[in-house]
Amino acid sequence: GQPLGVLDGIPVAVKDNFNTAGIETTCASNMLKGYISPYNATVVQKLLDQGAVLLGKTNLDEFAMGSGSTDGVFGPVRNPWSYSRQYKEKNPPKSHSENEDSEWVITGGSSGGSAAAVSSFTCFAALGSDTGGSTRNPAAHCGVVGLKPTYGLISRHGLIPLVNSMDVPGILTRCVDDAAVVLGLLAGHDPKDSTTIQDTFKPFELPDSIDIRKLCIGIPKEYQVPGLSSEIQALWSEVAELFKDAGAKVIEVSLPHTPYSIVCYHVLCTAEVASNMARFDGLEYGHRADMKQSTESMYAATRREGFNDVVRGRILAGNYFLLKENYENYFVKAQKVRRLIANDFVKVFGSAVDILLTPTTLSDAAPYVEFIKEDNRTRSAQDDILTQAANMAGLPAISVPAALSKRGLPLGLQFIGRSFQEKQLLSVAKWFEKQVKFPVIQLEDMKRHDCSVFQHQKSVSSL
Amino acid sequence: EQVPAAVLEHLERLALVDFGDTEGVRRLREAVRFAERLREVDTDGVEPMDSVLEDRCLYLREDDVTEGNCTKELLKNAREKIEEYFVAPPGNIPLPKLEERETFEQQS
Repeated sequence: GQPLGVLDGIPVAVKDNFNTAGIETTCASNMLKGYISPYNATVVQKLLDQGAVLLGKTNLDEFAMGSGSTDGVFGPVRNPWSYSRQYKEKNPPKSHSENEDSEWVITGGSSGGSAAAVSSFTCFAALGSDTGGSTRNPAAHCGVVGLKPTYGLISRHGLIPLVNSMDVPGILTRCVDDAAVVLGLLAGHDPKDSTTIQDTFKPFELPDSIDIRKLCIGIPKEYQVPGLSSEIQALWSEVAELFKDAGAKVIEVSLPHTPYSIVCYHVLCTAEVASNMARFDGLEYGHRADMKQSTESMYAATRREGFNDVVRGRILAGNYFLLKENYENYFVKAQKVRRLIANDFVKVFGSAVDILLTPTTLSDAAPYVEFIKEDNRTRSAQDDILTQAANMAGLPAISVPAALSKRGLPLGLQFIGRSFQEKQLLSVAKWFEKQVKFPVIQLEDMKRHDCSVFQHQKSVSSL
Repeated sequence: EQVPAAVLEHLERLALVDFGDTEGVRRLREAVRFAERLREVDTDGVEPMDSVLEDRCLYLREDDVTEGNCTKELLKNAREKIEEYFVAPPGNIPLPKLEERETFEQQS
């Protein structure tokens, strides 16, 4: 017979906040445990139409809220690099009696399951979502490519929304070429999502080489944040030099409102979440509490039982910012700051800068036991700092694996491009990928006592 | 800076989500404190931005019915239903007042 398409027979994984017909979609929350989607998200349908094989739904932070993939009901996701020779060499167990399992590191989040799936060779590509960095962050920690497309390029129909004005489906693959292939299949107007632009999208192949001398790379000085590890700092500078040596123009630029991006996001995100989570009331789908006294008390009990603390916290904060007496000072104010942030980028890209180069994360992946010492909001505020502004402005951005850290873990760097200029963005990313030759993860044979790792992941896949 | 108890109760009612415990209240206070930083930004004369696609005319389809007839499918996911109806407990009954229900204040 004829192949169905480019991805015929190719295994893919999908983050569990995308609707998949006939398959449980939980958003890693008790609220949707047992919910069987009646339809496929547009992006899922497009993959299936090409013949892709859906291996399973991947784990995430509950409702995509988080930067570690540690706060979902199925438990935390373990970074496959925790089990790599590269990491184990640099982190030998301190004693025989010490639990070998206590040193495993997080994947980052919230699309941690998708990143881990691609990183561990269980699938060719995976779908994530990106609202504040949720695709790029785990991509950097898991040593894979994470693409956040321009807002409006790929349909959100069927993606359970977090922040309607910032969410995009994200693409995770092992190399930039693969990301371009998947992008080509997913991008384009969808009549079911009126926030997708109507311009015809032309899928492209990436050139094998580009003339770097024609390029102007911007280094935003405000991305030099406190907390940026010296390793990443050094890597960032080295890569800037790499581009300079290849003949590109590399200049420092300023995006002055960057420091406010996280605060702005905090307000806008919680406000939209307060609205988006209102649909979960137990009546039509999902968890329903055994409370029969009144509609409101049933809703309240359902939501108390169904949502974790992180989700409930964001809903309450969002409602606070939307109160009549607070609306102007918080919500509208944040919307104004959003415009200032977006304008910063317009100015910089208008001044002949083609691409921005920044780090993706503050450091390499933290051990789980360290990461959970701070709460979700604190961590998200810290970890989203470098990725969030691209969502504010709706710009495309990609994290590409750049080097291994002293601890043997992946470090990624981020490129941010102009709206709808994915071809240029990915061409530069591909050129960079070729220069860097990032090492392949060396996964050793799993010993018997490491089988507990697979039990976590089995509970998420629904096929 | 304290968020008054009346506001906390109001929020619980609006959100239909409770704070659970003092930790939940602390979390809200932190969230509000964090948001205060927005005041530092001068936004005089700046218009609020609803969407990055504000300069475009977005697609609106014709108001015609093109799909549906999936009642059975949709009802599958509901816990309580009768024939083609979702069943809800009686409405128009306000949530019990603060004194009558267990809240974070009474628990701590």
